[in-house]
Amino acid sequence: MSTVTLPPATPAVPPRPEPTYVNVAFGVKSWLLTTDHKRIALLYLVSITFMFFLGGFLIAVVRTHLLTPRGILLSADTYNKFFTMHGIIMVFFFLIPSIPAVIGNFVLPLMIGAKDLAFPRLNLLSWYLYIFGAVFTLWAVLVGGVDTGWTFYTPYSSASSHTNVIPAAVGIFITGFSSILTGLNFIVTTHRMRAPGLTWFRLPLMVWALYATSIIMLLGTPVLACTLLLLAIERTWHIGIFDPALGGDPILFQHFFWFYSHPAVYIMILPGMGVVSEIIPCFARKNIFGYGFVAFSSVAIAVVGFLVWGHHMFVAGQSVYAAMVFSLLSYLVAIPSAIKVFNWTATLYKGSIAFDAPMLYAFGFIAMFTVGGLTGLFLAALGLNVHVHDTYFVVAHFHFIMVGGMIMAYMGGLHFWWPKMTGHMYPEGWARLAALIIFVGFVLTFLPQFVVGYLGMPRRYHHYAPEFQVLNVMSTAGASVLSLGYVLPLVYLLWSLAYGKRAGANPWQATGLEWQTPSPPPPDNFQVTPVVTEPPYQYAKGATGAA
Amino acid sequence: MPLDHSPLAHHFRDLDQQHEAATLGMWIFLSTELMVFGALFTGYTVYRAAYHAEFAAASALLHIGIAGINTIVLLTSSLTMVLAVHGVRQGRRQLVVRCLIATAVLGTTFLVLKVFEYHGDYRDGLVPGLSFQDQEWLSHDPPLKPGAVKLFLFCYYAMTGLHALHLLIGIGMIAVLTWQTARGRYTPYSFNPVEVGGLYWHFVDVVWLFLLPLLYLVGPRGG
Amino acid sequence: MEPAMPARGYVMVFLALVGLTAATVGLAYLDLGPWHATVGLTIAGIKALLIALYFMHVRHATGLVRVFAVVGLFWLGILMALTITDYATRAWLL
Repeated sequence: MSTVTLPPATPAVPPRPEPTYVNVAFGVKSWLLTTDHKRIALLYLVSITFMFFLGGFLIAVVRTHLLTPRGILLSADTYNKFFTMHGIIMVFFFLIPSIPAVIGNFVLPLMIGAKDLAFPRLNLLSWYLYIFGAVFTLWAVLVGGVDTGWTFYTPYSSASSHTNVIPAAVGIFITGFSSILTGLNFIVTTHRMRAPGLTWFRLPLMVWALYATSIIMLLGTPVLACTLLLLAIERTWHIGIFDPALGGDPILFQHFFWFYSHPAVYIMILPGMGVVSEIIPCFARKNIFGYGFVAFSSVAIAVVGFLVWGHHMFVAGQSVYAAMVFSLLSYLVAIPSAIKVFNWTATLYKGSIAFDAPMLYAFGFIAMFTVGGLTGLFLAALGLNVHVHDTYFVVAHFHFIMVGGMIMAYMGGLHFWWPKMTGHMYPEGWARLAALIIFVGFVLTFLPQFVVGYLGMPRRYHHYAPEFQVLNVMSTAGASVLSLGYVLPLVYLLWSLAYGKRAGANPWQATGLEWQTPSPPPPDNFQVTPVVTEPPYQYAKGATGAA
Repeated sequence: MPLDHSPLAHHFRDLDQQHEAATLGMWIFLSTELMVFGALFTGYTVYRAAYHAEFAAASALLHIGIAGINTIVLLTSSLTMVLAVHGVRQGRRQLVVRCLIATAVLGTTFLVLKVFEYHGDYRDGLVPGLSFQDQEWLSHDPPLKPGAVKLFLFCYYAMTGLHALHLLIGIGMIAVLTWQTARGRYTPYSFNPVEVGGLYWHFVDVVWLFLLPLLYLVGPRGG
Repeated sequence: MEPAMPARGYVMVFLALVGLTAATVGLAYLDLGPWHATVGLTIAGIKALLIALYFMHVRHATGLVRVFAVVGLFWLGILMALTITDYATRAWLL
């Protein structure tokens, strides 16, 4: 055979790649003045991550102080400021915006086949309001903090406290409008911008969850806004409707405060439930069991969640008859949550289960949320509540739901949609390790708190009785493990932006419109508006859902 | 009519969808506004039930004359506002501008009268911390609790103050709408800001319609 | 887009509103005993309804808009009802 050297083939000109929302424009201005919901989601991601680690730092100091019964790290006043600021930052500046503002902003238009939310400029305004509110609150931290507890109960907050109540209240007031506008945007978007063929019962359950969350954000937050305003007025001018000297009732503040703040916990958990409803079918390769039940239970939680606020006030001085009504309603609100847990579990049955990181987080959510939810029923029982109110039992209850539930769901969702958002896969091995560390750290931190609370250790105290020390040391040890667990994703997710494997449009072979467009998506989401003809979660055997 | 950019935003399919989104959005916003006022209404209701005598006595001293005139002023402004929306639908730019200006002027009239009213309240000893006299109420027959009277007055100033703030924002919004209308920004097929601005204005009017009987007409007024 | 109703209709609604305002103020000068609140708020409710239906075009609005027009009222009702449940029953003895 003769060796013939052929001239090198003329390389074909590669087609110019379509711009993604990331590289369509560069520069700080293009990010700070963007109206693209995907970029705004990332702006929120950076902001709330900062606030999360700040809130985490505050409680790390508290937990360190609590290693000994007569803790020497913090004075009593400083201790009060630390747990107050931890609560304010975590509730208002991390948990409430987290899934809606980060994941919801990113995926909602994609999931319904729209080009953007209904009001993109309002969306940007929402982020600026969040930042403005955060600045006020951070300023309150820097100039001396607040020590009223995140609940701001009067008359301490309105008359006695010498700390920076008003700047903190103003910060939360401003951020509240961020919440309200986001909710407004989501609701109008869901009603008016669905792709052709996308009827309500073909929507992914995440959309139902975000819709229900938005109802709460819209109708509850304004009452908080008014209440904080009244608090600020009373504190400034020493006259107000919560002042007992005038014949006013401080408990009225609690009614108004909890009218928002109880539904607020559903703002925090419903999106997490939506995320779990997306992850479980995908990693069990099965259609969700009882779609209608899960969808309606989201709305039921949103509505009934507004009827139970008095269960925070059983020992505050409200009438025992009102307490009985609130107790009964609190039992009722547990039902839709339980329905979801049953449906997720039933979805797993005879599924083909993969243990990728998002699924590990979903499992963690189901287990921890169930424990947290059941202990809520303990607290809703009037007689038992008298015994455990204002103890660590309550602290453990809500951390099981917020950290064991919500933050696990947030991490699961972040990992699930990370390839879509960034075009890169995260390192799966590290992600599973981090999930495991988080789970172990979490249980070690908060399970002892149920015990120590039931045994009588009060919350919000800077000293405690010596017999509780062992359990406190366990809890602090767990917190150290948990912190490591949270730092790991920060590191490897950032790493993945540069070195992570490139992800295609649908690395999970998931159903849903967001997976039918490239990763990262183009600025207008879809080249052609999709038309939907099928119900969601069609994970029959053999179907890959590949683009 | 010069249009420097298309009225249709790029993420909407057509003007109809954009219009439906805008109106739905404003109605939802008004529900949230109702909840803001709602907290005050609830507090007021609780205390009025507890201290009815004090609330009735203090209410009778408020200036019903100014309040009545102000109610007519606001109702008229709602009429001019809805006529503005009506005019925009028919493409009558000059009429719209005039109606919007009338709305803003009437709104401002309300606020000016309110200032006079607050001044009158001050002169009548109805401003706690400034002109309020405990003794005046204790010497009533039967004696009235000054604290409870202060609770009524706090609610009165808080509710009318919050309302006035919303009205002020509304006037600013009307000013912007007037300017944009004069520039030819709206067509009979695309005038969402005018329409939703109208919705907001009417809402502020409706809040006042409830404040009137609640605050000024708690009990019978002497003839 | 055809107008929702002729301009004259708006003026008629306006005149009705003015009349109802006169009634509200006038009735305050009678002694209605415990009925002052009910009468005043009922008239206010009628005025609000007129404004909503005609000035805010709820009469010709879609079902969805109508739902959102009343949802705020319903939620305010929840806030008031359950709060008042506390205050109304505090004095009750077991």
